Amino acid sequence: MPFSPKPRMISSTRPCGLSRSQRIAIAGMDFIPDLSGALFAPELRTLLVADLHLEKGTSLARRGVYIPPYDTRASLLQLQSVLSATKPERLVFLGDSFHDGDARQRIGEEDLAMLRSITSDVETLWITGNHDPSPPEDIGGRVISEVTMGAITLRHQPKALSPSDFEIAGHLHPAAAIHARGHRIRCRCFIASHNRIIMPAFGSYTGALSVTSQAFDGLFDDYNVWMIGTKAIHRFPASQVR
Amino acid sequence: MSLPQRFIDWFASRGWAPRAHQLAVLEHASARESVLLISPTGGGKTLAGFLPSLIEITGQIKAERSGIHTLYISPLKALAVDIARNLETPVNEMQLPVAIETRTGDTPHSKRLRQRQKPPDILITTPEQVSLLVADPHAAHMLKGLRTVILDELHSLVTSKRGVLLSLALSRVQAMAPEAIRIGLSATVADPDALRAWLVPSHMKPAPLVMGQPGARPNIRILSSVERVPWAGHSALYAVPEVYAEIRRARMTLVFVNTRSQAEVIFAALWDANDDHLPIALHHGSLDVAQRRKVEAAMGEGKLRAVVCTSTLELGIDWGDVDLVVHIGAPKGSSRLLQRIGRSNHKLDLPSEALLVPSNRFEVLECEAAIHAATINAQDTEYPVVMKLDVLAQHILGRACAGPFHPDELFGEITSAWTYRNLTRADFDKVVDYVATGGYALKAYERYAKLKRQPDGMLRLAHPRLALAYRLNMGTIVEDNMVKVRLAKVRRAQGRRTVTGGRVLGELDEWFLAYLRVGDTFLFTGQVLRFEGLDEFGALATRSADSEPKIPAFGGSKFPLSSYLSSLVRQVLAGNSGWSKLPPQVDQWLAIQRFKSMVPQPDQMLVETFPRAGRYYMVFYPFEGRLAHHTLGMLLTRRLERLGLQPTGFMASEYAVAIWALRDMSLAIGSGRLSLPHLFHEDMLGDDLEEWLAESAMMKRTFRNAAIIAGLIERRQPGKEKTPRQMTVNTDLIYDVLRSHQPDHILLRAAWDDAAEGLIDAHRLAVLLRRIRGQIMHRALDTASPLSVPVLLDISRESVYGEGHDALLAEAADDLIDEAMRLV
Repeated sequence: MPFSPKPRMISSTRPCGLSRSQRIAIAGMDFIPDLSGALFAPELRTLLVADLHLEKGTSLARRGVYIPPYDTRASLLQLQSVLSATKPERLVFLGDSFHDGDARQRIGEEDLAMLRSITSDVETLWITGNHDPSPPEDIGGRVISEVTMGAITLRHQPKALSPSDFEIAGHLHPAAAIHARGHRIRCRCFIASHNRIIMPAFGSYTGALSVTSQAFDGLFDDYNVWMIGTKAIHRFPASQVR
Repeated sequence: MSLPQRFIDWFASRGWAPRAHQLAVLEHASARESVLLISPTGGGKTLAGFLPSLIEITGQIKAERSGIHTLYISPLKALAVDIARNLETPVNEMQLPVAIETRTGDTPHSKRLRQRQKPPDILITTPEQVSLLVADPHAAHMLKGLRTVILDELHSLVTSKRGVLLSLALSRVQAMAPEAIRIGLSATVADPDALRAWLVPSHMKPAPLVMGQPGARPNIRILSSVERVPWAGHSALYAVPEVYAEIRRARMTLVFVNTRSQAEVIFAALWDANDDHLPIALHHGSLDVAQRRKVEAAMGEGKLRAVVCTSTLELGIDWGDVDLVVHIGAPKGSSRLLQRIGRSNHKLDLPSEALLVPSNRFEVLECEAAIHAATINAQDTEYPVVMKLDVLAQHILGRACAGPFHPDELFGEITSAWTYRNLTRADFDKVVDYVATGGYALKAYERYAKLKRQPDGMLRLAHPRLALAYRLNMGTIVEDNMVKVRLAKVRRAQGRRTVTGGRVLGELDEWFLAYLRVGDTFLFTGQVLRFEGLDEFGALATRSADSEPKIPAFGGSKFPLSSYLSSLVRQVLAGNSGWSKLPPQVDQWLAIQRFKSMVPQPDQMLVETFPRAGRYYMVFYPFEGRLAHHTLGMLLTRRLERLGLQPTGFMASEYAVAIWALRDMSLAIGSGRLSLPHLFHEDMLGDDLEEWLAESAMMKRTFRNAAIIAGLIERRQPGKEKTPRQMTVNTDLIYDVLRSHQPDHILLRAAWDDAAEGLIDAHRLAVLLRRIRGQIMHRALDTASPLSVPVLLDISRESVYGEGHDALLAEAADDLIDEAMRLV
């Protein structure tokens, strides 16, 4: 059979779209999860994204592993479509936006221009992460280690919280699995309890870590996950997560 | 060259005479001509291959020899070791001055170094080792004086990517030792001409064929059970008492089954029935290697009465005095059956004894067909695999490891391999570009290029570290994600329960383990085990006191029914084959089918539609094997959905496909809204197929394999092992990104070709759709027909519509609002 690739509109690889039915609430504020892995706060007109890991694809090239160098483009296209759908006033990156300290040197001209046009359109905050303790300063936006939004703190790595603290964090790349009719289905997910949300990784090449793994120990007593399917987001209580 | 006196005497001392085919091979080899020997097991095939080399080496003066004289290549490591041992006998008895050594993945570094300094006359090795040898600049001198390459079990090598890689390595060997000839040893195949051409460089005439003496016709029976033959399922447990009785009668029995889980089930059931405490053992690919070697040794010493095994014991040497082969489940192909039967009674003049045990009613038909095929010695082996772009990429990197090369020269060398004779220069250049910098339209990796172009046009490896990475990652066998299972100890101290791992029992599929919860019991290594959880080394399990496992082992045959056997099965079903006599139970089943619906003629395809339990079913019977059926089911559900019939699921078995829907399909066909010729039209293999395939999980798995073989992803990095899990995640993401940004990339093409040939069986589907044109017989029924019962019984937890998981997630979450609120 001949191989006949269809010319396709180059677009983001992951579907985008705000969930129509799901809300994640902490500290009395509603957040809307998006299929892309972004989180939208309608009251504050703020869009949150975590762990883009830009230029992860090119990071292995020095060792001779040539992953397709298109992940930055894919992630940015995805971000652009969420931005145009939600039209926020503020965009917050929750850290690990760049895969490593040299990412700025490797990023392509076109991708850089896209990033600059994003930061010039909307107020941008770059929270620092362990992969990018000092993100590049020449692409617009402000670098900061934590952001406070009312009662909620936005940071990269989740922290131990006192009962009156609320946070939204990234870093852990959560994924959850459930069993349905003999199938095990595993997807990226948001995981949240009454005082904490951990967001899934937004980047195109970012893997995911199971919420039942040790890294999540002590962060949640009882929780829900919002699993990201291909067309919709589905909520499950902790008891159904395998 | 005639047989020297020393050899004539040796044959005589054993009471043998050299066989005609052994002398014929010798004659061709003496004339420095490559030759293919096709002969059944037990015909002195291995000796026929070695004889010319033994004679030639014996006649040479030691000082004139340089390097390896003969390279013997065997697909199995264990076989290589055993051949070396068997060859010692004639060499010692004739006191021949011939040094024989093996080189496999297990050969220690010190021995490899010694082989490099003082090469043996005959090196017995595996295909991967040949690739490594030609990629090693320090080892090349070993092959300079090479005279002969012997390829054993060629029929099994050529049908996989291993064979493709080997053909490339041989093209390299040919360039280094142009004098060398090749001797191919093969079991009987459907198309010997393809093997004759495969064996020699593409510009040469196909190798002459020497046929061994055929063995006595096998004596094959179908178990005529007093028990009721089940309607569906694959366990064949009904027949265990009768199989046990056969084992008691025979001296040593090989019990072949089609899957590992089936082996476990049958083994456990035989032990339950084993009132005489007969030594019965188990042998399959998931068991720990040491355990398998123990069973093989016990067999060789004649200490066992029966071994339950999968295809692991299909190839290779004599394991002792097997006088009965029992085949549980249908054999799926005529050649496979003959190969397995050949494991019994390695004396050519005595017929092999075999017993077929169908595990359900359709398999009775298939066993009838298989016996007929075996009686007329019909072969249905696959055609050799050719031209794999991912394998080519691996070979090119290996070539660079051996030293700088010129692309023009390498292109000539590669197209001299029969498998790549049709490779275009444009494709070759693309693969070279892929190896050098990834082959991306976005030139991001030029400065890190693996291959650097020299002023004289030669390409040179950029860094010696890359050669190390090549050695660690080469090979074409991509393992499924397997997880080690260890026997665990559970201790209780101060109310806390600690589980510590012990001895490794074997390996299991990751997906199976993911399905287990702590406390679940399952059958493995012949015992009921209790799952205790996972640790960083793998899965932990304890012995359970339960006699029945809670999680049943699952799965039918992993081999699809061969096209040839499929056509015979359709004849048996139609009842006009003239050679089969079906047992009464099966006859009665078909009689009721004839009364309620119809029994199709061999060239017809029956489609039945009927309501059942609130759903509307369409069941049809192409008999083309599970892979083609799965693809067909997937494509038809999409079409039915577009036609508004609201299909909600389908099930594909080896013989039939069932689709169910919310709308009445009998009515739709009756009213002309649904046209069957239209539904089964060949045009589904165009856009529909492409659209489905591109999104399917199957395609991602295929891409992963191609990416690993082509070296996009490293299996192993020096010093650390990457877990398969990490790789899976990565290649899926890479696939998505690459598909949207560079859909014509060479690796996507490689994956697409693999999927079309292998997993979706697109070719076979195309043949089917052509065959049934104008031959579709429709019956609208009030209830399920007898013929449809097996596939309806198979409908279980396996049936899911499509591969998107949203429907299941939505169902599981009881949360359809998001779906319902969508506008499109």
